Amino acid sequence: MKLDGKVPSGDLADKWTTYKSTCPIVAPHNKRRLDVIVVGTGLAGASAAASLAELGYNVKAFTFHDSPRRAHSIAAQGGINAAKNYANDGDSVYRLFYDTIKGGDYRAREGNVHRLAEVSNNIIDQCVAQGVPFAREYGGLLETRSFGGVQVSRTFYARGQTGQQLLIGAYQALSRQIHIGKVEMYNRHEMLDVVIVDGKARGIITRNLLNGKIERFGAHAVILATGGYGNVFYLSTNAMNCNVTAAWRAVKRGALMANPCYTQIHPTCIPVSGDYQSKLTLMSESLRNDGRVWVPQKMEDVKAIREGKKKPVDIPEADRDYYLERRYPSFGNLVPRDVASRAAKVACDEGRGVNASGLAVFLDFASAIQRYGSSKAHAQGLEHPDKATITRLGEEVIEEKYGNLFQMYEKITGDNPYKTPMMIFPAVHYTMGGLWVDYNLETNIPGLFALGEANFSDHGANRLGASALMQGLADGYFVIPYTIGTFLSGEIRSDKVDTGHEAFALAEKEVQDRLSRLMNIGGNQSVESFHRRLGLTMWDYCGMARNEEGLKKARQIIRDLREEFYRDLYVPGTQDEFNPELEKPTESPTLWSSVK
Amino acid sequence: MKLNLKIWRQKNNSTKGGFKSYQVDANTHMSFLEMLDVLNETLIAKKEEPVAFEHDCREGICGVCSMVIDGQTHGPWKGTTTCQLHMREFKEGDTITIEPFRAKSFPVVKDLVVDRSAFDRIIQAGGYISVNTGQAPDGNAIPVEREKSSFAFEAAACIGCGACVAACPNASAMLFVSAKVSHLGLLPQGDVEHSDRVLNMVKQMDDEGFGRCSNVTACEAECPKEISVANIARLNRAYFGAALGSEKKV
Repeated sequence: MKLDGKVPSGDLADKWTTYKSTCPIVAPHNKRRLDVIVVGTGLAGASAAASLAELGYNVKAFTFHDSPRRAHSIAAQGGINAAKNYANDGDSVYRLFYDTIKGGDYRAREGNVHRLAEVSNNIIDQCVAQGVPFAREYGGLLETRSFGGVQVSRTFYARGQTGQQLLIGAYQALSRQIHIGKVEMYNRHEMLDVVIVDGKARGIITRNLLNGKIERFGAHAVILATGGYGNVFYLSTNAMNCNVTAAWRAVKRGALMANPCYTQIHPTCIPVSGDYQSKLTLMSESLRNDGRVWVPQKMEDVKAIREGKKKPVDIPEADRDYYLERRYPSFGNLVPRDVASRAAKVACDEGRGVNASGLAVFLDFASAIQRYGSSKAHAQGLEHPDKATITRLGEEVIEEKYGNLFQMYEKITGDNPYKTPMMIFPAVHYTMGGLWVDYNLETNIPGLFALGEANFSDHGANRLGASALMQGLADGYFVIPYTIGTFLSGEIRSDKVDTGHEAFALAEKEVQDRLSRLMNIGGNQSVESFHRRLGLTMWDYCGMARNEEGLKKARQIIRDLREEFYRDLYVPGTQDEFNPELEKPTESPTLWSSVK
Repeated sequence: MKLNLKIWRQKNNSTKGGFKSYQVDANTHMSFLEMLDVLNETLIAKKEEPVAFEHDCREGICGVCSMVIDGQTHGPWKGTTTCQLHMREFKEGDTITIEPFRAKSFPVVKDLVVDRSAFDRIIQAGGYISVNTGQAPDGNAIPVEREKSSFAFEAAACIGCGACVAACPNASAMLFVSAKVSHLGLLPQGDVEHSDRVLNMVKQMDDEGFGRCSNVTACEAECPKEISVANIARLNRAYFGAALGSEKKV
C-alpha cells in the first residue's frame, strides 16, 4: 500500500500558513448539516469536540468514563510547552520545532512538528482565556520552567497538576457546547467497533456500560482521540481503564498502526513494590529541574543502603556518582527521557541500584533546598542564618514548587522526600507510536481521524517532556478544525448516515459475537490475571532493551498465553448489566495477535 | 495481615442492598484498591461476583474513586483519595466497613458505584468562561495578581469526586459549586460572566435535589483536595450580589 503523508509543498515555515489559506472549507450552513463523532474526551477529544461544535458541526462525543472530566490527560503533572519566549532566553518556533525533532531522534514528520510549534503559542492564549490558573510571577505575568532535552525555559505549568487544569479547561468548553445542544454527550459508552460504509468511516458501535446495550451511532466522520497502548505492559503510569480497544478496532478495520515499537519509558517513577501492584506512579520530570540523580560509587555503600545499615545522607559527596551530570554536562539532569531511563538501567545493571530489588536510583533535593534556602534567607535580610533556618526556608520553596508531588510520594512510600532522597525507576509512560495519520490527521481510512496520543506523527522515537499536552490540545483546538474540512467539504451533499445500513448490522453482530464468546468460555482465570502475565512478558522482553532472541521468545510466550486466554478465561456476571470485568482489556488477546 | 470487610452489595438501583462480610489477606504495602483487587481475584476464583467499584488513575487526580470507609469518605487519611490510602493504616484483625457515597442526587449504580452526573449538569449550566477557540488575546495581555491566581488554583484543584456531598448531613453540593465559582470568578477572565454563572449554577444545583448548606463544614474536613469552605462564603456573597444587587431575574 502506498501511503501519502500529504504534507504541503513549500518552505517548512510557510506550509501551515499557506495550507490554512487555501484548504477547502465548509460553509456555515453546510456545517450545520454535518455530523462528527469524537471518541474520547481527554485533551485532544474534548478540545476537538468543543471546537468543532463552536464551528457549527453537530458533534456526538463518547467516553467510557462516568464523566468527560476523568480522562487520563488529567494526570499529566509537569507542564505544557510553547515557543512564547517570555523568558527572553532565545526560544522561537524554530527552536521548539528543532528540539522536538532532535529529541525524537529525527523520526517525527517535520511538517506536522513545525505546525505543532507554530500553534503552541495559541494554546497558551486559549487556555489563559478559559481560566486555566497557570503559575505566575509577582508581576502577574506567566511563569515558565525547563524540561528535559531543551536549554530554554518554555514550559508553562499549574503546580504539579497542569494536565488537570488544562483538561478542566477543555471539559468546560465542551460542557458549554453540551449545554447549548451542539454536542450530544454519551458517558459510560465504550466504542467497540468502527463502521466503514463504502470505504469511509461512517460510525461506531458502542456498549452502554450501564446496561450492556450494544448501540449504533452514525456520522459523516469519526475522530478517535483514545490515547495510547501503554497498558499492554500492564504496569505503567497509565490509568487502569486505558485499554486501547478503540484504536485496535480501527486497525482490525484496516487502519494502519505506525511505530508501535516506540514506547516511552519515563525515568522518574516510584519503583515496583510487590506482585499485587496494579499501576506505577510518575514523579514529574519537572523534579529534575531541582533534583539530582545519583547512585553510590562504592559497592559496599550500595550494600549498606540496601540492608538499611546506611542512609543515603550518610554517603559523602565524594562517594556519590551523579551520573547524568558526569556524562551529559551540557544538559545535566535534564537530559531527554530516553537517555535518563537508559542511564538508570545502566547504573542498576552495574549492581548499583539502591533499593532491596536493586531497581532504583536516588533523586535528591538536598542541594536545591540549601540553594533556595540561602537565597530566601538573603531576600528576608537574615544575616548569618543557621543551617536549620536555611533548610526550613529551602523546604518551603520546594513545597511551593512541588508540594503535591512530594505529598503523593510520601503517601505511597511512607518516606519523607524533604528529608531523604526519593527512590525512582523507569516505567512505561507514553506511546509515541499509534495510528498512522497524514498531515490532515486522517488515517488511511477516509473519514477516520486520530488525534493526540492515539496518532503517531509528532514525537518520533521519544517525546520530550511537556509536549504531550501541547500536542493533544494543538490537534483538538487548532489543527482538526481546519483539516477536517478537506474531507467534509466533499460530504456536503451526503445525506444523514443511516445506521440501518448493512455495514452497521454486520459490525454490531460481530461485536455481539465477540462478547458472547468471551462470556461463554467458562474457564477459571480472570482478565486481570492474563493481563498481568502479558505485561510481565512485554516488560521483560520488549522493555528498555530488546534483542532478537528475546523478542522471539516473547512471541511464543504470548501465543501460548493467547491460546490459554480463549480456553480458560472466566468473566463473572452477565453481558447485559453494569459489569466492570467486561471493561477490562478483553481486546488484548486480539492485540496480542499483532505480534504474530 | 488478615482483615474482615463489611461491604455494601447492591445489584442495581431498583434492588435493595445490604452489607456482606468477607475476609481478605493483605499486606501493609498495598494500596486500599489493590486490597480490593485481591479480594475480587479471590471472589472470581470462587466464581462469585466481584465487588463493583470505580477507579482509574489510582494516583488521586481523576476523582472517580468514591467510597465511604469506616464512616469517612475516602477513608481516614486527610487530604487523600481512596486510591491513595495505603494498608499500613490498618492492622491484623481489623474490620473495615465499605459503603458507597450516599446522597439522593447520587443514585447507586451497583455496589460501590454511584451516578454523579448531576455534577456535570451543574458545570454545563454555567461552570465555564464563554470563549470560543481562536478568540483569545495574548496570554500575558492581562496580568493576574499572583496571590489571586493561587487562590483560583486552589479552588480549581477540585476533582469532582463528590466527597463533599457524601460527607454532608444535608447532601449539599455547595463546596463543589463554590469551588468552581471561585476558580473562575477570582480571575479577570472569568469576572465578566460571574453573576450569570453564580445564578445558573445555583439553580441547577437546587434542581438536582442537593440539600442546603447549614455550615457543618464536614465537606472541607473530608475533601481530598482540602478545598476551603471560604469558597462557600464567597459563593453566598456572589449569589446575594447577583440576586439582589443586580437587575437579573432569579
